[in-house]
Amino acid sequence: MADKGMIIRITGPVVEASGMNGARMFEIVKVGREALIGEIITLEEDVATIQVYEETAGITPGEPVERTGSSLSVELGPGLLGNIYDGIQRPLRDISAGWGDFISRGVSLPALSREKEWDFIPLRKPGDQVIGGDIIGEVQESPTIPHRIMVPPGISGTIRDLAPAARYRIEDTIATIETAAGPVRISMVQRWPVREGRPYTRKLDPVEPLITGQRIIDTLFPIAKGGTAAVPGPFGSGKTVIQHQLAKWADADVIVYIGCGERGNEMADVLAEFPSLQDPRTGEPLMKRMVLLANTSNMPVAAREASVYTGITMAEYYRDMGYDVALMADSTSRWAEAMREISGRLEEMPGEEGYPAYLGSRLADFYERAGRVTVCGSQGSTGSVSVVGAVSPPGGDFSEPVTQNTLRIVKVFWALDSDLAYQRHFPAINWLLSYSLYGDAVRSWWHEHTAPDWDDRRREMMALLQKENELEEIVKLVGPDVLPETDKLVLLEAEIIRESFLMQYAFHPVDTYSDPARQYRMITAMFRFFSLAAEAVAGGVAVELIRGLPVKRRLARMGAIPPEEEEGQFSDLMQTMELQIRGLEV
Amino acid sequence: MESSSREYTSVTKVVGPLIIVDNVAGIGYGEVVEVTMPSGEKRLGQVLETLTTRAVVQVFGGTRDLDTETTRVRFTGESMKIPLSPDMLGRVFDGVANPRDGGAPVIPEELRDIYGSPINPYTRENPRDPIQTGISAIDGMNTLVRGQKLPIFSGAGLPHNLLAAQIARQARVLSQEEEFAVVFGAMGITHEEAGFFLKDFRSTGALEHAVVYLNLADDPAIERIITPRLALTAAEYLAFTRDMHVLVILTDLTNYCESLREVAAAREEVPGRRGYPGYLYTDLASIFERAGRIRGREGSITQLPILTMPDDDITHPVPDLTGYITEGQIVLSRDLHRKGIYPPIAVLPCLSRLMKGGIGPGRTREDHADVNNQLYAAYAQGIRLKSLVAVVGEEGLSETDRTYLRFCNRFETEFVGQGLTENRTFTTTLDIAWNLLSVLPEDELKRIDLRFIERYHPAHRKGSNE
Ligand SMILES: Nc1ncnc2c1ncn2[C@@H]1O[C@H](COP(=O)(O)OP(=O)(O)OP(=O)(O)O)[C@@H](O)[C@H]1O
Ligand SMILES: [Mg+2]
Repeated sequence: MADKGMIIRITGPVVEASGMNGARMFEIVKVGREALIGEIITLEEDVATIQVYEETAGITPGEPVERTGSSLSVELGPGLLGNIYDGIQRPLRDISAGWGDFISRGVSLPALSREKEWDFIPLRKPGDQVIGGDIIGEVQESPTIPHRIMVPPGISGTIRDLAPAARYRIEDTIATIETAAGPVRISMVQRWPVREGRPYTRKLDPVEPLITGQRIIDTLFPIAKGGTAAVPGPFGSGKTVIQHQLAKWADADVIVYIGCGERGNEMADVLAEFPSLQDPRTGEPLMKRMVLLANTSNMPVAAREASVYTGITMAEYYRDMGYDVALMADSTSRWAEAMREISGRLEEMPGEEGYPAYLGSRLADFYERAGRVTVCGSQGSTGSVSVVGAVSPPGGDFSEPVTQNTLRIVKVFWALDSDLAYQRHFPAINWLLSYSLYGDAVRSWWHEHTAPDWDDRRREMMALLQKENELEEIVKLVGPDVLPETDKLVLLEAEIIRESFLMQYAFHPVDTYSDPARQYRMITAMFRFFSLAAEAVAGGVAVELIRGLPVKRRLARMGAIPPEEEEGQFSDLMQTMELQIRGLEV
Repeated sequence: MESSSREYTSVTKVVGPLIIVDNVAGIGYGEVVEVTMPSGEKRLGQVLETLTTRAVVQVFGGTRDLDTETTRVRFTGESMKIPLSPDMLGRVFDGVANPRDGGAPVIPEELRDIYGSPINPYTRENPRDPIQTGISAIDGMNTLVRGQKLPIFSGAGLPHNLLAAQIARQARVLSQEEEFAVVFGAMGITHEEAGFFLKDFRSTGALEHAVVYLNLADDPAIERIITPRLALTAAEYLAFTRDMHVLVILTDLTNYCESLREVAAAREEVPGRRGYPGYLYTDLASIFERAGRIRGREGSITQLPILTMPDDDITHPVPDLTGYITEGQIVLSRDLHRKGIYPPIAVLPCLSRLMKGGIGPGRTREDHADVNNQLYAAYAQGIRLKSLVAVVGEEGLSETDRTYLRFCNRFETEFVGQGLTENRTFTTTLDIAWNLLSVLPEDELKRIDLRFIERYHPAHRKGSNE
């Protein structure tokens, strides 16, 4: 009877059970007669407190609690890409097929199809020595992503049998490995406990930018592959749009997108849009490189808490194959609130604003799972997980605990600003508050892929924007008239940077994505304008006249120039600029 | 089922809206309770926490006159349910679904749990059909689509009721004649306000298509926790079982949140911001997420919740958390109201997140997105210059800047401002926008595609007519 306890208290998603001697922390249990899934989160003598991943209405004290002996785990194997799951990896597509349009409780379905057959190609042979992480074969999971079948972590020995190339189901044995502890059968599916990071050989410094096609990000506040970034901002400032943009255009191999406590319609939006969008690098539908986790705000709060772990474990799994993975979590604040809600029900001693005292360490543990690493296995390849977390501060006030604890950990900060959003200046990333600590790490990549003055230009742009801010303060006191012409020119230049470069309309078919070459071209055009304007001003031309030139409007639309017209239009723009500005000189 | 209905007289404690019942057994979490007062009056309650021999019950009718001696508590073993049938249409109920119009109780076609179940995100249909409300500041700047949840953030004394009633009257989807219904859920509003809506519904014939749930200011406060859920359960039935397009108006969500806070305080829960419970976001989401469309089903639920911002403060937890859940917001401004502008919609902080999929060629008009973008940029610039003028005077501004000021004023009076019964089409709204934009130098229209300028700018249109 040791594996059965009895419910003694129920309050919301939290259930207490007695008679739980021998249970382990984070063990998964089946709660009540309907066997709802729950996880042990505290233990005191024989009483376990359990967070339940489903609605608890109708459960009564006295019902049984059954131990399973295992921790909350995910299934890892072919079939993840293109799929949509809830926070504990229940397949929402299959649930809708079997249970209808609303999510009822007590549903239990395997995360990966047991029937589907995959074309397996062996890459090693019997007799080979292998260790955990070694790739023994692959299946073409999606048109661009070969799914590498790895020896699970912790297993090493000699391959005794390896299945020949043929079609297999994920649970079929495809290899037997003779280990020190005897033979171990390997299939195409692994399980891994979500709260534990998957092992790797070594952490590496990030060196390459994660190109997002978003100009203000790539040029001013870059994120590196394997890096961490936070996007805090009040409601409606553009966090989700940024995350969607990154999910669409970032040059990662695999995207894990976690809708954590956010809107159902945003998930519908992704499901409607992504399959019809093409990956600019491979031409394949973007949905085919993505795993979507949707635990919306109205779905059980404990499963929301688990969703970020479920997501990052999947990301690590693809990293282990040697891929660059980018994970978006929208929103980490809802995860933190889930922690707070559960903690409140436990009557734990609250920390700041009611959040549990371990908020900071949980956030740190999560972001720590990002990184560029040498993965396990003898091939010594490199993989990365980049993590971008949205933060939703109450009242848009960045001094609150989730934002502050996150800032202590992440290396990139894209601060969203409601004033910019109100003017429809998107992305509403405030260029004065935001920062990236990867500027130096990615510099040589940019110099190699664009030109050696990339970093100088980037610094000049930042300086101009900074100077604009100082001048604006003066203008507010005395008006724009009294400024010397050189200062008025600074204001004009900063305005051009904002309107022509930083602003980028996510829903414009072309403007939505600027590759590095296009970004550099736009920068070059702006700086050509600046130097022509400086010459003119030095020659006595009033800045107001330059401001009125029609070519300014063409600069503002550079981002929308179709790629096939890029060459012609940019060189024409340069000429027009020269003609119009020089034409002002007497 | 007989064993699941049990009666006790063992109330040991009464705190605020809660009672604690001891020496009980097998009480289900969330089950419905019938409390019989010493006077014989019956009140509805629900289990908030259950232990082996104890249950904590919130009493929706309040705990006034309750005692620990003779009060009887019957646990029904049932979840909270509401009777549903098409006969609800045209009826007025109280905040716990009893008839309030003197009519007979509804003969249920089915009973449904008022908490509902979450829509599987995979089965949601992306909402894309624009609703023409006839109000330019909404249609032109923050288009509402079917299946959206778009709240009105208001303040005490601002005309949110007039606006909501006008929207309910005028809202329609172009080119489609379909069955529609209005579900109205009132939480803690005054008799006068409720009377206004009922009169408006009656005079326009809308009442026949409406289901009304009223918890008024002098009705028990804790009841407000269930009123919006009754309304939404009715709406789900009409939309997804009866294939209707349902507009749900809920007012006032601030009162609802206050009731939640009262219960949380009585339970001595760790409070979140300003004393509201830490789960307020999740709780509000369980209301607002019950909007939308479902693939393969005809109907839709569009929500128009109204809330008053205490102190006109948009960072107050109620508007703040609402804004984080809903798909945008319509914000009313005291300044514009003072200037006599109706509807006093403060365009800048407004947003419709679903607008982009609902506008454009074949839906509204091809130039809509660009015009909307340009109006926002220009109006924001005008507002910025206005504050500068206060310091340096108009002389300190350039000629171009002064045109922005003119644009800004005319935008408020001619575009935002309109009549209480004025019902503008999308085309009218966009044409007014172009007239205003033509005040600005054409080179300033940086956000509008040149093709659209040639096609719609008054200067070009005149040119082509000559
Ligand atoms: N780059 C962009 N281009 C065009 N429009 C944008 C852009 N970014 C944001 N927007 C607009 O802003 C709206 C709000 O953005 P979004 O939904 O991303 O906000 P959010 O910060 O995620 O808000 P919440 O915290 O409430 O979820 C979008 O619906 C869109 O209209
Ligand atoms: Mg968002």
